[in-house]
This record gives sequence, C-alpha cells and structure tokens, in this order.
Amino acid sequence: MSEALQPGVNPEIVKKHLAHHFDTMQQQFDAGKLGMWLFLSTEILLFSGLFCAYSVYRALHPNVFQFAGQYLDPVAGLINTLILLTSGFTMALGVRFAHTGKRLGITICLILTICGGVGFLVLHGFEYYAQYQQRLLWGTNYHPTVGPNNQPLLPPAGLIKPMARPTPIEAAPWQNLKLLQKQGFIVAHSGLAPAPIGPAGVVAKDKQKAPLSPYSQPNNVQIFFGAYYLMTGLHSIHVIIGIILMVWLLIRNIRGDFGPSYFAPVEFVGLYWGIVDMVWMFLFPLLYLAH
Amino acid sequence: MTAVNFPDKPKVNYLNCDKGIKSWLLTLDHKRIGLMYLVATLTAFFIGGMLAEVIRTQLLVPQGLIFHATKHMSSFAAYKHYNQVFTLHGIIMVFLVLIPIIVGSLGNLVIPLMLGAKDVAFPRLNLISFYLYVGGAIMAIVSTVAGAVDTGWTFYTPFSIQTETYVCWMVGGIFLIGFSSIFTGLNFIVTIHKMRPPGMTWFRMPLFLWGIYATSIIQVAATPVIGVTFLLLIMERTLHIGFFNAALGGSPVLFQDFFWFYSHPAVYIMILPAMAIVSEIVPTFSRKHIFGYEFIAYSSLAIALIGFLVWGHHMFVNGQSAELDTIFSLLTFIVAVPSSVKVFNWLATMYKGAIKLDTPMLYALSFIILFTVGGLTGVVLGCIAEDVVLHNTYFVVGHFHYVMFGGTIIGFLGGLHYWWPKFTGKMYNETMGRITCVLLFIGVNVTFFPQLIVGAEGMPRRYASYLPQYQPYMIASSVGAYIQLVAFLMMAGYLLHSLFRGKKAPDNPWGAATLEWTTSSPPPHYNFDDTPLAIEDCYDYSNVKYDESIGGYVRTDVPPQAEPAVGPEVAPAHA
Repeated sequence: MSEALQPGVNPEIVKKHLAHHFDTMQQQFDAGKLGMWLFLSTEILLFSGLFCAYSVYRALHPNVFQFAGQYLDPVAGLINTLILLTSGFTMALGVRFAHTGKRLGITICLILTICGGVGFLVLHGFEYYAQYQQRLLWGTNYHPTVGPNNQPLLPPAGLIKPMARPTPIEAAPWQNLKLLQKQGFIVAHSGLAPAPIGPAGVVAKDKQKAPLSPYSQPNNVQIFFGAYYLMTGLHSIHVIIGIILMVWLLIRNIRGDFGPSYFAPVEFVGLYWGIVDMVWMFLFPLLYLAH
Repeated sequence: MTAVNFPDKPKVNYLNCDKGIKSWLLTLDHKRIGLMYLVATLTAFFIGGMLAEVIRTQLLVPQGLIFHATKHMSSFAAYKHYNQVFTLHGIIMVFLVLIPIIVGSLGNLVIPLMLGAKDVAFPRLNLISFYLYVGGAIMAIVSTVAGAVDTGWTFYTPFSIQTETYVCWMVGGIFLIGFSSIFTGLNFIVTIHKMRPPGMTWFRMPLFLWGIYATSIIQVAATPVIGVTFLLLIMERTLHIGFFNAALGGSPVLFQDFFWFYSHPAVYIMILPAMAIVSEIVPTFSRKHIFGYEFIAYSSLAIALIGFLVWGHHMFVNGQSAELDTIFSLLTFIVAVPSSVKVFNWLATMYKGAIKLDTPMLYALSFIILFTVGGLTGVVLGCIAEDVVLHNTYFVVGHFHYVMFGGTIIGFLGGLHYWWPKFTGKMYNETMGRITCVLLFIGVNVTFFPQLIVGAEGMPRRYASYLPQYQPYMIASSVGAYIQLVAFLMMAGYLLHSLFRGKKAPDNPWGAATLEWTTSSPPPHYNFDDTPLAIEDCYDYSNVKYDESIGGYVRTDVPPQAEPAVGPEVAPAHA
C-alpha cells in the first residue's frame, strides 16, 4: 500500500490527485489522515459537552432518568444499534475494497452502508413520531398523556412544577383511583384521597418517606427529554451528513476516481462513519437503558 | 540562484502574480488569505476600538457623558445603551479580533514560509475558515443592527435567555467563527506535523511554530465545547429546552462551567501567539541565541495543557465548593510558572546581547513589561480571598486589558512591524514607528493602571455611572484611551504611507536566521524556488552579516538547498 502511494508508480494518478504543495502522495495522504483524526476528535468534544451535561443532570436528578428512561423502547434502540454496527462493517469493508482497488466492491458496500444509514433514520423517525404523539417533548413542551408502557400516569411528586397545571380533563388518568388502587399505588400509604385537581399535596407530604413507585412522575422529567432530543438529534444530523458524503463517494466511484493509489476520500469518510457509529454506541445505553 | 550573490529580485511575487478581485477572493494562497484576514481583523479592531472610545467618553463624568437621563428618557433606558456598547466592544474584541488576529493573519502569512513549504496542508480549508469568519462577522453585524446584545460578552444565563436582544444571531455568528478557529488550528497542526522541511526536527523549529502549535491544540480541543454551549443557548431561547433554566430543572452554573471551559483556554489562544512572536523578535534584535530554547518550547505546551484546568477561577463567588475553589486557585498559580519561564528566558536572551531598539524590539519590550503587570495582577486575582473582594471590579478590567491589550495586541503589532517588510516588500518609517510605539506604551499604562487602582478602591465594572470620588481616575483612563487613538492613527498613517512611498525592503532587513527571510520580499507565489534545507540553527546569527550595499543582512555561508522537488510548472497552484 505504501509503495503504491509513492510518486512515479502511476504518474497520471499523481498528476491528477497530488496537490501542488505536497511532495509525495504519501505526504498528502498522511496529512489528510491526521487532519481527519483531529477533526473527529473535535466531533467527540462537541458531543462530550452533551455527555457532560447528561452526567450532571443524571447526578442531580437520578429519579428522573430512572423514570423517563422507561419511555424509550430498548428493542427499537437495539435494532438501530445493530443496523449501525452492520453499516459500520460494510463501510470498513468498502475501505478495504478501496485499498485493493475493487470498484464493484466499493459500490456495493457504499450502497449497503447508505441503506443502513437511511434505515436508522427511518426507524428513529418512527420513534420520534410516537414520542411526539404522546407529547414527550423537551422543556416547556413536555405534557405526557400516559405513563411508560401505556400505564396511567401519576402526578408529579412535588408541588413546584413549572409547566402548566393540567386541567381536570387532562388530569383524568391519575384520578382514576380504582385503577390506581388495582395497581397498588399511592393510596396505600397516604390513606387520604388525592386532591381532585392537579398535583396531589398528600403525595408531596410523603415524598421523602415513600419509595418512588415506577410510574409516579418525578419533577423535571423534561430535562431527560431535552438531553434525549439534543443528543439523538445531533447524532442524526451527523448520520445525514454521512449519507450525503457516501452518495458523493458513490458518484465518484462510479466515475472511476478511486484506485489502489488514490483512495483517501473513501478512507476518511470511513473514519467519519466509524465515529458516528461509536457515538451511538454510547447514546444507546445512556438513553435507552437509563432505567 | 544563491543567496550570496543576490541577483535581481524576481519581479513576479504573490501580490502581482495574478490580478483581479476574483484572484483575491477565491485564492488558495496562504499569503493572500493571511492578508485578507489582516484586513478583516483590523476592520473589526477599528470598530471595537471606536466602541472603547465611546465607553471611555461616557465615563468622563459620573452620570455619564453620552448615555444619561434626559427629559425624554429615564436613566434606566439610557444606560441600557451603555450595556450594549460595552457588550459589543467585548464580543468584537474577543471573538472577532483577539482570537483570529495573530493566528489568522500573521500565522497564515508566516507559518508555511518558516517551514519552507509552498502552502499550508489544506489550502481550501484555509479559505473556508476565512469565509466562516466573515460569515460569522456578518451575523454579528446583523444582530447588532437588529438589536444589539446587552448581556456582556460572557452571555451568562439566565439573563441571556430572557433579554429581548438578538442573542441567537450573535451566538450563531460566534459559532461560525468558532468553526473557523477550529479549522485554522487543525490546518496548522497538520502543517507543522507533516510539512516540515528536511532537517527541521521538532526541536529545530522556530519558537513561533511552537507557540502556534500549542495555540492550535487549544483551538482544536476547546472550541467545540463553546460551539455546543452556544448551540444549547440557542436551543434554550428558541425551543425552551431547559438545560440552563433552573425553573425547568436545569443549571445556570453549568453554562458558566461550559463557557469558561472554553473561554479561559481562549485567553491562551490569544496570548500564546503573541509570546511566540516575542520569542522570535527578542533573539533577532539582541543578535544572540535564544536562551533556554527547550524551556520556551515546553512552556508553550505546558500553558496550553494547564490552561484547560483553571476555568473555575472565574467562578469563585458563584457558590462553588471551597475544595474546588482551592484546587482551581492552586492550578491558577501553577499556570503562572511557565509564563514566567518565558519572561525570564527573554530577559536572559537580552542579557549581554547587542540590542538594537528597532520598532519590533520596542514592541517586544513593551510586551514583556505590560504582560508582566497583567500576569502578576492575574495571580492576585487567582488568590481566593483577594478575588472575593476584587471580583467584578475595575481591577479585573485593568488586569485583562493589560494581558489582552498589553499582551496580545502589542505582541501582534510587534509581529506586524517585524514581518511587514517581508509580506509587503516595503519598509516603514522607522522613526515614526518608534515614536508611535512609545506613545502607545504610555497610552496603555495611562488607560489601564488607574483602572487597577480604582478597582482596588471598589468601583464595580460594567456600570454606566459611578460615584464622584472615582472621577480623577476615570478621566486619566479616558485620556489614556485618546492617546492610544492618536497612536493608532499615526500607525495607520505611516504604514499606509510605506505601502505607496516606502523604501523597497531587502530580503532580510533585521538579520533573522529563520527560513522566511531567505526568500525574497515579498515572496514569490511558490514561496521558495527550491525547497530549503533547515539544518542550520535558526537562532545562530554568527553567519548573518549586515551588507551596506543592499541595506539588509545576508548569509556569509551558502545556505544548503535540497534537490528540486516537483516544480510549479509540473503542478500549478490552482489546479
């Protein structure tokens, strides 16, 4: 491989692809590769800000993450993980084909990787849509109608809740005392009926003592969803950019640009796709397995 | 062509090799991009400077000379404009001037020349960086026209979430400028790693390259964090995501942590290149080998690395725990060590040297004095007990202006005067240069020293009005600002004059031994006719002698040349 990058082996390739300020193809390739690694390290740092915020809020509100994590479907997340892992494999295979100069192999691998990326986005889009329907949104837009796994939702356990108080009709799910009692929540330890409207004061009184039942809603759940949308959203943008880059590679490859002496763009996009994969490998457990 | 005989200069150089506006706007030549950066950052510097003059004029009288209560306007409404003025001054000076001014302009102009290379590693990325900078600057201007930000340059939450001004545009602009900074840093790291000439090992590099290398590391490693922080701030304002909003379970202090995690290292993005320039000027004008080369090189890296660990000293009074305060205070003291290593090494270099007090050297000396004042007041502020008293007073303002103006800008001006003959091909008027430098030195001290005193007496920063007892200091400070204005106008005058009427510059007017002085002034499009070898010590002046006939220095030995590589005729630059 390294001999193939020396000038003189294929003068046409050198003339076509060697920029004026480099002496050899090897120097150009090394420079590009170092630049790409540096760029990827800035990408990791970009995400690391969000990971840092995630850690801080998880430490501040552990109950929120335990509760809200249940809303996410680990099976969907797992399927997406497998899709991305497979696409990472096909991309790496494509880079290998580029090294050995197998044009058809590159094309097939790129198409498979693009399919993987698109499949990931589609599946994730369905998740987003379901969450949107349940009003599981960020910040002030967080107004869920049901609890995780379609269970009834208990009121927030504290009195201070910055979002709008639910109207009596909206509050209906947690006024269905019989249903709640059937499930063995709330009334068991307070002995009093909850207040007819809005967050129940009695629950707040017992907040410290009562163990948090799985479907009673803690305060500030919107923080989890803020983190969820920001992290997966930023990641999805990177997936979209990756797909665009691979389409560009595909066009260039069909045109016949790449060969054993010149494959730098394939290699660099492969590295980028690796980072996109890797970030997801962190996002999946942090978000989908948070509970 | 050999350097000894000095045949006629090639008439074609990078300035006249290609004509037309397109040849400038779409150029991939690092020298032209550097010049465009120079023009852009100096324009921003002019605007920021004028805003500073507005601030100083406002503070001439206790109630405020420009913005004050009138029949039609309450003092609250009037002083709001003052908030906008000092915010814009801060944002423009920090993000549009101090961060890119040395790296973008002088860095681009000089680095490939010092490396004997034809260009930086990624010329296209270099041009993209420039246009990201321009795009960010345009967004900043839009926000200024639409509704100037009044948060202070720090954008602290929750006020930056609540204010009606155009925070999103301004922050978006800085986001773009941040990417410009990242790409520039990335480009220079790769250039220094992969494009060093034959013979130039890491510890044979000129110290300017070490300084830029350390700077680039900070740029690449810190700037993404401010990017994501400002992204979150935009999300906060537009989508109410709640990350920095205590009412939604978020933490405003987290914003401060994120902000200073970038913005403290950013201070070193500003000061390290200036130190790097001084490290070039001092040995050249002392005609003496740099003292403690490896210490200066390592201290740049040490500043870069320790600089990441001190951000908490901005938050001593924000409810941070006492343990954290102590750790951050200690680390702050530690970062003063590599800085003083540099100062002592410069002093030792000058000791028993044959010092020539030319304009660049005067700037270097000013830098050493002013930076020492700024650095020592920084140590005062790093001490927790003192910081509790001095926090948010004019002492802080005085401190960072000594570092930022007395350090970065003075260092930049030194570099500008040092390399001016190289990239313009013209000499400026030396006498005017010296007078201006002395005037500027006086102006800086008259402006900022009274601020240290008045801050120690308790005058808070960022106020549009103040108690009458502080007025003498405030007047002195304003007078200093006007002296600086005069000095800058003089400088603009003689530098522009030199462009049109200046004496033709020799290839090596100062007698430096780094590679950029071995090519012609101004350099040809490809920088060097042949790839130079760098086996000589770049701080050894024994073979560099003054030649009266050309008014510049020449090497008395024949500089070694590498065998010709692929020439320009084989691979044209804009292919």
